[in-house]
Amino acid sequence: MNTLAGTPSKSSHAPRLRVPRRVRAALGTAVGLVIVTVMLFPLYWMLNASFLRPQDLVSRTPTWFPVHGTLDGYRSALGAEGGHLLVSLGVSLGTVAVTLLVAAPAAYGLAKLRVPGGRMLMFALLVAQMIPGIVMANSLYIAADRLGLINSPLALILADSTLCVPFATLILQSFMRGIPDELGEAAALDGASRLRTFVSVILPVARNGVITAALFSFLFAWADFLFGVTLTTDDNRAPITVGLYRFIGANLTDWNGVMATGVIASLPAALLLIAAQRYVAAGIGNAALKD
Amino acid sequence: MSAMLSKAAPAAGAAPARGSHGRRRRRRTAWRAAGFVAPVWLYVLCFYVYPLVSNVRMGFQDYSVSSFYTGSAPYVGLANYRAVWNSPQFGQTVLNTVLFTVGSLVFQFGAGLALAVFFRRVFPLNGVLRSLLLVPWLLPLVVSGTVWRWVMYTDSGVLNQVLLHLHVVSQPVPWLVSTNMSLAAVILVNIWVGIPFNMVILYGGLQGIPEQLYEAAAIDGANAWQRFTRITLPLLRPVTLVVLTLGLIYTVKVFDVIMIVTQGGPANSSQTLTTYAYNLSFQQLTFGKGAAVGNLLILVAVVFAGLYLRAVREPEGGTR
Repeated sequence: MNTLAGTPSKSSHAPRLRVPRRVRAALGTAVGLVIVTVMLFPLYWMLNASFLRPQDLVSRTPTWFPVHGTLDGYRSALGAEGGHLLVSLGVSLGTVAVTLLVAAPAAYGLAKLRVPGGRMLMFALLVAQMIPGIVMANSLYIAADRLGLINSPLALILADSTLCVPFATLILQSFMRGIPDELGEAAALDGASRLRTFVSVILPVARNGVITAALFSFLFAWADFLFGVTLTTDDNRAPITVGLYRFIGANLTDWNGVMATGVIASLPAALLLIAAQRYVAAGIGNAALKD
Repeated sequence: MSAMLSKAAPAAGAAPARGSHGRRRRRRTAWRAAGFVAPVWLYVLCFYVYPLVSNVRMGFQDYSVSSFYTGSAPYVGLANYRAVWNSPQFGQTVLNTVLFTVGSLVFQFGAGLALAVFFRRVFPLNGVLRSLLLVPWLLPLVVSGTVWRWVMYTDSGVLNQVLLHLHVVSQPVPWLVSTNMSLAAVILVNIWVGIPFNMVILYGGLQGIPEQLYEAAAIDGANAWQRFTRITLPLLRPVTLVVLTLGLIYTVKVFDVIMIVTQGGPANSSQTLTTYAYNLSFQQLTFGKGAAVGNLLILVAVVFAGLYLRAVREPEGGTR
């Protein structure tokens, strides 16, 4: 764009504005910081409350910082919710496994093999995402009851996977579409079967897509509340979201325990955002808009 | 992200025509390849088609507690629909659903668009701040709902304490315990939850608008507002359609937020069709009626899914 040597920036309307560029940039950052502070304040408030003493929690004046902090909330949270955390962990990992097992081959078929009815399948998956959760819960509850699967982690895994399979298939196929056909053809020339090509060539190359699909499936399953609350009647089998819900119902005074549970339940999302930001960006971009 | 939007439509079909294998051979390989998609078809049948069909059927059955023991549920025609229609709270529930959906969408979209436009500016930490804004979207809704319940407590809640301190209100607002405020409270929470989604998609849409257009408009003397209304809004129209229709489909079925913050109460004042269906099925154990309300939700989803599909196709079909 810049043909003139020594012109550091491309903007053509800079001269019109009197405010120096650096000040404008600093102003932008300042406003951005204010926006983020306001938007994330409730989360700070959760973290803050999780450390507060009971007398500060019910006070009529806010305690902005937990200077007289206590870890009682976390003790109470781990005591009451430790089991639920394990259930959630197991169910979420199971959901990731089921989702990838169903979605990855399908994505390969859609992206690289001319499977009959591929277009219809994409359409079905798109529409499947739009079925109201309460409808799914209603039917799956009846089905699980008939099969004797109420309170079974398996039922929860299968139900949670319905939140993930369409998304995972669509995102994986869009990753696999980007893989050059020559790779698969070369493998075929070397005598590899379709299955072998898929497992040892396509999947490793589409690794980022697989990671993104797995991370989001984990998060979706971890965050599920509707299936958890409908498919588990035994408190010991309930995931953390349901545990937290019942915890508020039962302990309207133990707010630091409730908030500590909230903090712990947010950890997977927080870790994900820190450790795997580029996958998150890829996933969110695809989350809704895939064809 | 914008690239994704524009390539969304053709990606589905258009398998490239390749070499001239024999037709029979091609057909055979095609069916062998179908082995890769067979599991997902089976999955779609078991986990989407079956629940959908079963729910539609259940709407015509008297499916209640006794059905679990006897294993039978007599067909009752439209009795479930009639009962739901005639129930005193149905009108209010529908109105709540409309208000919840429209209120959420308008403000989510407005705030999301404002943020998207703002983050188009170049300044240090832009990317970091933008990804921090996604945190509310990634957290389990149960956690967000719990926090907001705590924030909105009448006496010890920080929201009222701040509002009182700033003299915005003279009395603490009974957010969660008043029948007049509870719907506003859940809408507020849902707006907060939805802003990041709107911002991300709209930001992606903005990236697709060429910078030169703005530069040209600026040279022609268009001010910021004119550039926004004459360039940004028209060119963002396809993305806007997608965001709003998707937002609608997702907002109508919101369950977690309402369930955690108010449980549809007090006195059904924040009950929507989704929580009402839950209430009928899982609290009153009248699964037939719950299914009937669920079917109404399906109907809404079908209508707006149709609109969504049109919206996604539109950018390819022709420009306006």
